[in-house]
Amino acid sequence: MPPKGRIEVNELLCKGCELCVGACPQKVIALDMDRITPKGYHPASLISDGCTGCGICAVVCPEAAITVFRETIKVRANQ
Amino acid sequence: MTTTLDPELEQLVYERPDSLVDCATHYCPGCTHGVAHRLIAEVIDEMGIREKTIGVASVGCSVFAYNYFNFDFVQAPHGRAPAMATGVKRVLPDRFVITYQGDGDMASIGMAEVVHAAARGENICVFFINNANYGMTGGQMAPTTLPGQKTSSSPSGRDIETQGYPIRAAELLATLDGASYVVRRSLHDPKNIRLAKKAIRTAFEVQARGLGFSMVEMLSICPTNWGMTPLQSLQWLEEKMVPYYALNDFKVHPAVAEIRI
Ligand SMILES: Cc1ncc(C[n+]2csc(CCOP(=O)(O)OP(=O)(O)O)c2C)c(N)n1
Ligand code: SF4
Ligand code: SF4
Repeated sequence: MPPKGRIEVNELLCKGCELCVGACPQKVIALDMDRITPKGYHPASLISDGCTGCGICAVVCPEAAITVFRETIKVRANQ
Repeated sequence: MTTTLDPELEQLVYERPDSLVDCATHYCPGCTHGVAHRLIAEVIDEMGIREKTIGVASVGCSVFAYNYFNFDFVQAPHGRAPAMATGVKRVLPDRFVITYQGDGDMASIGMAEVVHAAARGENICVFFINNANYGMTGGQMAPTTLPGQKTSSSPSGRDIETQGYPIRAAELLATLDGASYVVRRSLHDPKNIRLAKKAIRTAFEVQARGLGFSMVEMLSICPTNWGMTPLQSLQWLEEKMVPYYALNDFKVHPAVAEIRI
């Protein structure tokens, strides 16, 4: 099983450019069309399970808006 | 952000570097000026030199870089950043001094300043953002605009008969004996972004060792003036710019080649 991860997108910074959407190897990021940021953009968000916490979205994000987390080895070992 | 991390359950893979101020930028959505900013900030964090770095901003879309980087910054008249950086570095030799310049700024109005700073072997780092046009003023033709490329001042495409050939700034600066490290990278995909970061780190290490002038050119997108989405722009960069602007190391002084990162 690949490790489980998640991202948090800072909606004050995200501009909905979709660079993270295009780069995500798991294809689990999309713009959330039901939400709108204070600046008027649809923010990026996780749309399904499958994030591995690889961090590639954060590598391409021009706004440094993404924080990436991954479950610890300890959690994985207990699964 | 609000979520706290339970170290038993989760580890942090990535968070925004301290060397960036926690504020939104004015850059257009998807503009890779933001990626270049982030990489420089990450390197400064990793080297622990935030309190020792002085940036020199230029004129162009990155004119407000001083608002976004969380360390000391000055702002130079159009094209003059390498001259101002020369002065700052000579007065404060224990600081890391960097310039951040667009292609209109560095390769057009500021060509003399950067060439002479390199020729003198000034111990500064120049970070050069090549997006093949003048972004800030409305997408006019720059010295870096590709043959045939349509811009707001070359609506039928750059005609090399009357408008000449694009300038390959990295290759040009690499001919100067005073330059120690001159490379070109690109910001169009995760692999190339990582390589760009490594080059930025190397440039800082060159300055740390007093090895002289370094320049990292980064191919960058300008979706707004190119008239494309950010994702289309990445593709255009890869397909059109990379073949013209080779991603390569053009000058690596033997002492620089020994640096291991
Ligand atoms: C002395 C002077 N001449 C002209 C200008 C107008 N001007 C402002 S930004 C710019 C070009 C910026 O292009 P570039 O350096 O490629 O940066 P970008 O905006 O694409 O990041 C010009 C010509 C100016 N501000 N000062
Ligand atoms: S790359 Fe960054 S700014 Fe662009 S949509 Fe994703 S989180 Fe938002
Ligand atoms: S005009 Fe171009 S270079 Fe300037 S912020 Fe917008 S996309 Fe970036």
